[in-house]
Amino acid sequence: MGSISGLLVTVRTAKQGSEMVTSKHGAPYLAEISTLRIHPDDLSAVGVEDGGPAVLASPHGEVRVTCKGTDVPKGLFFLPLGPVANTLFSAWSTEESGVPNWKRINVSLTPCDETAEADNTGQGAER
Amino acid sequence: MTTHDNVVCTFCGCLCDDIEVEVRDNTITAVKKACAIGKNKIMHATSDPPPISVRGVETSVDEAVEEAVRIMSTARNPMVYGMSSTTSEAQREMVEIAEITGANLDNCSSYCHGPGVLARQQVGLVSCSLGEAKNRADLVIYWGCNPVEAHMRHLSRYSLQPKGLFMPEGRKGRKVVAIDVRPTPTTKRADVFLQVQPGHTFEIASVLRALLNGVELDFPDGADSVAGVPVEAWREVVEMVKKCKYGVLFFGLGVTQCRNTDINVEQVARLVQDANRHTRFSAVAMRGHGNVNGTNQVMSWLTGYPLAVNFSRGFPRHNPGEFSVVPMLARKEIDAALIVATDPGAHLPKDAVDFLKTIPVIHLDPHRNMTTPWATVVIPVAPVGVAATGTFYRMDNVPLRLKKLVDSPFPTDEEVLKTMKEKIAYAANN
Repeated sequence: MGSISGLLVTVRTAKQGSEMVTSKHGAPYLAEISTLRIHPDDLSAVGVEDGGPAVLASPHGEVRVTCKGTDVPKGLFFLPLGPVANTLFSAWSTEESGVPNWKRINVSLTPCDETAEADNTGQGAER
Repeated sequence: MTTHDNVVCTFCGCLCDDIEVEVRDNTITAVKKACAIGKNKIMHATSDPPPISVRGVETSVDEAVEEAVRIMSTARNPMVYGMSSTTSEAQREMVEIAEITGANLDNCSSYCHGPGVLARQQVGLVSCSLGEAKNRADLVIYWGCNPVEAHMRHLSRYSLQPKGLFMPEGRKGRKVVAIDVRPTPTTKRADVFLQVQPGHTFEIASVLRALLNGVELDFPDGADSVAGVPVEAWREVVEMVKKCKYGVLFFGLGVTQCRNTDINVEQVARLVQDANRHTRFSAVAMRGHGNVNGTNQVMSWLTGYPLAVNFSRGFPRHNPGEFSVVPMLARKEIDAALIVATDPGAHLPKDAVDFLKTIPVIHLDPHRNMTTPWATVVIPVAPVGVAATGTFYRMDNVPLRLKKLVDSPFPTDEEVLKTMKEKIAYAANN
């Protein structure tokens, strides 16, 4: 139990697409783009229950996610595209291609307090 | 009540053109035949528009346009960006604004399917229409894409289930291969699923080309797998390719955003060329936003380049990685941005968004989104395909005309951009 490392891959989901066109400020959209799919063994290793919260961190930032055990490879984490995932990437890390590493960034996953305040919607906040 | 038939859904690159929409008292009351996403998009097309505003203060369209013109006319190195969900007519106006203002011009494909577009300019791509796939394909390969969730009707309309002229049995007459890093609803529909390790697209395409061309493989260290899949499995895929009458490879962001980006797609394109020595084989990019393909088309007609163009010297220069949106924002090189029909607040890395918040941003979009709360000038526009007409390009490069179903209190993208262009040109000449 504790922090584990892996490779984050951003993906599309049906719910993310459907809620995105309904309202990007709606709770269903924000819940879906904060849901991390990981292997159940990884879930056990980090000590988080299915549906529990954790902090996902990259060299560029960290976000609070809800973990969901799914049939995915061990060591690979899948998060829907959106402003939550984008907090973990940098515009600098495109390797001169212009494409951020949305399919390949090293991250760590750490359990967190159930009542910790999430700060995942900062990109939509007024300046 | 009025019922509109054969309406085009503008959500994804499939542009399904068989949607039925019921309208009562200028309000959409029902949507039939569309997928869950398309139905939601059309039903909510006119809901939740942002207020017309300048620096957070509500104003009129005319005053917002005047401020937008002032910003673009006085900027030293502006950016014109977005375009993926608006009409090709509006995209044409944006190219002209970029030329007049000496701006950097880019579209959303530069960080999605752009690497594939660059690869097509390097080595070409044997391709086909979705109609050909429906009528002829007896082998379908999905590589790095998950259309069941991202292009929901792709399988039922074009690639897997439909009965076609030479495919009277529909799904039963087709062999389906899926290549992905994880099981998805799409891979579960395939006859063969090859679960690969991430980051190995180039190696996979290379081994498939080698096997297709009869090259004897040599693994000096005793390994007999590529991307975590035994070579024997790749050999079986190659045999399926050789034996099919008409194969189509649909590839997604798992290919274009994989390590090496455009080089991967070049190798995949060459693989498709090699397959044509044995049979008829095509490839189609699974384009995401409704008219992101149109941005590449329009920019190519007007500038010679599909993305990442700079007009600062008075003529178009092209250099992805230098003039595309993400690195431009990373280097903080622009001092104003005109952003249309995309939502950078939701789609770009946080540090890029943080920089955008420090410069004047003009934003045109039908909906309140992650950019409208902080954009300097916000102009809501009529949603295309529902309250505005125009042209969209499907993922297979077929242009389709959109219908207008209801009236909107807001102008179209094209109208706002045309007015801005004329005012900017007048300011530049006087």
